[in-house]
Amino acid sequence: MVSRVARLARIHIDEERLEPMAQELSAILSWIEQLNEVNTDAVEPLASVTGHALPLRDDVVTDGNTPEAVVHNAPETTSGFFVVPKVVE
Amino acid sequence: MTDLLTMTAVEARAALDDKSISAVELTEAYLGAAQATEALNAYTEITHDKARDMAKASDARLAKGEGGALEGLPIGVKDLFCTEGVETTACSNILNGYKPVYESTVTQNLWTDGAVMLGKLNCDEFAMGSANETSARGKVSSPWTVDGDGQDYAPGGSSGGSAASVAARSSLMATGTDTGGSIRQPAAFCGVVGIKPTYGRCSRRGIVAFASSLDQAGPIARTVEDSALMLQSMVSHDLGDSTSVAEPMPDLMGQINDGIKGLKVGIPSEYTMDGMADEITAQWQEGRKWLEDAGATCVEVSLPHTKYALPTYYIVAPAEASSNLARYDGVRYGARVEGGSLDEMYANTRAAGFGEEVTRRILIGTYVLSAGYYDAYYIKAQKTRRLIQNDFIEVFKEVDLLLTPATPSAAFPLGQKDVDPVTMYLNDVFTVPASLAGVPAMSVPSGLASNGLPLGLQLIAPSFREDTLVKAGRVVEKAAGFAAIASRAAGV
Repeated sequence: MVSRVARLARIHIDEERLEPMAQELSAILSWIEQLNEVNTDAVEPLASVTGHALPLRDDVVTDGNTPEAVVHNAPETTSGFFVVPKVVE
Repeated sequence: MTDLLTMTAVEARAALDDKSISAVELTEAYLGAAQATEALNAYTEITHDKARDMAKASDARLAKGEGGALEGLPIGVKDLFCTEGVETTACSNILNGYKPVYESTVTQNLWTDGAVMLGKLNCDEFAMGSANETSARGKVSSPWTVDGDGQDYAPGGSSGGSAASVAARSSLMATGTDTGGSIRQPAAFCGVVGIKPTYGRCSRRGIVAFASSLDQAGPIARTVEDSALMLQSMVSHDLGDSTSVAEPMPDLMGQINDGIKGLKVGIPSEYTMDGMADEITAQWQEGRKWLEDAGATCVEVSLPHTKYALPTYYIVAPAEASSNLARYDGVRYGARVEGGSLDEMYANTRAAGFGEEVTRRILIGTYVLSAGYYDAYYIKAQKTRRLIQNDFIEVFKEVDLLLTPATPSAAFPLGQKDVDPVTMYLNDVFTVPASLAGVPAMSVPSGLASNGLPLGLQLIAPSFREDTLVKAGRVVEKAAGFAAIASRAAGV
């Protein structure tokens, strides 16, 4: 289970950490399972506490044209672009 | 110098106005105190030059009679807030070297009102922790000690550096953030005041995201008045945060000493747990008496889903964290660790950059959101969250305020072995419910445990009733008469 989830999360886990991590995660998940006692039939899931609808604004450019600022903290850039490892052979 | 450090923010602000002290003197005193208490590791960076420049500018504004509400008051900033040009890492190695090109809305509000930035304060990595032990910048020691045992105690977390520095007098006030108790629990452990305002009061723009439906900024300060003064400046309606609210903030300082005559206070019977120390219960009963003596009526109330708050939180918060932290991919910020492919580069970068607790929570979050488990865990938790919020909505039809203990125990020694994650999570058992419901809450120091460490009481108000919160907080503060000073505070 851990190696599958780690792959989804894009985090490399060393082989020897897989088993201890599996135990820690199972302990947390089995503690969480007490939620099964709660009757939630006909309860609407709550995603936001405010009850406000998200505000809308006109779909126009409000900032930008600052490529230097955008890439300022990137580990590798060229001419205002992010550089990533080659993905197409 | 010691006199400067013992003033409250309200006193210092008045002294700046009547010119008995200058902003530069006050700032120098705090920079000296930050240096003198370096062993606590509360600061990740002290921004000396910036502090001095800002203090000079404050003195110039004060001389012209143009001082803002926080003019010249030296404030420390939790390392979760983006500060323009000043390294901001959320105390994670994955953000090493990250210098934001913009300022968070909350810190900008403070500077606009004249506050002086002292530096960045240590916290748990991405605010995930209850002892400030998960920080990539090292543990923070509480300035409080227990006579004769020679141990370092946890300042609480995640805003551990913030609470420790306010208690150690190395900052006059500090910003914190609270996702499940990260302001209130460290404030209680360090004998200072902490407020988590209503969700949406403080803009999240420029705060490194942990769990966006829960994250709220708030003040940590020495007195209830100081925390109210600072909170008033922190809040704003910000179009840069889609969940920022437009509800006007009541004038807190104008009514903070109005008292609570006629207020109805609920004492929730579920806020207790197995093995909770008798002195926590005794403190809680004393708090009830203080409120009654001030003219409030206290009644027993029930919030029946309280025991499910913590497991609900440990689904919702990691789920949101796993999504928020997906952005740390070695492309846009911080460090990169190369790999044979793009996917390997991501996996190696994230393995090197995230600490253990953060990794654990990302994995839990990824699991509960993954195909086949989403309904059983994530939707279930969102439904339980609604029941928890309904508990608060129902109880606030009967009462104006709730009184509970802030934490189930006083601070524990740092570096305890064999503490499993779930045991650590239980620290937040009394603070998490208000976070899930989005309602404002504060912790106020109320006394000392038998070993001499601080204890705190928690007040919880209905949404947008920070005014009730600070009025009641002021009553508790006056009745408690908490005057103890941490043994490792500057100038002690």
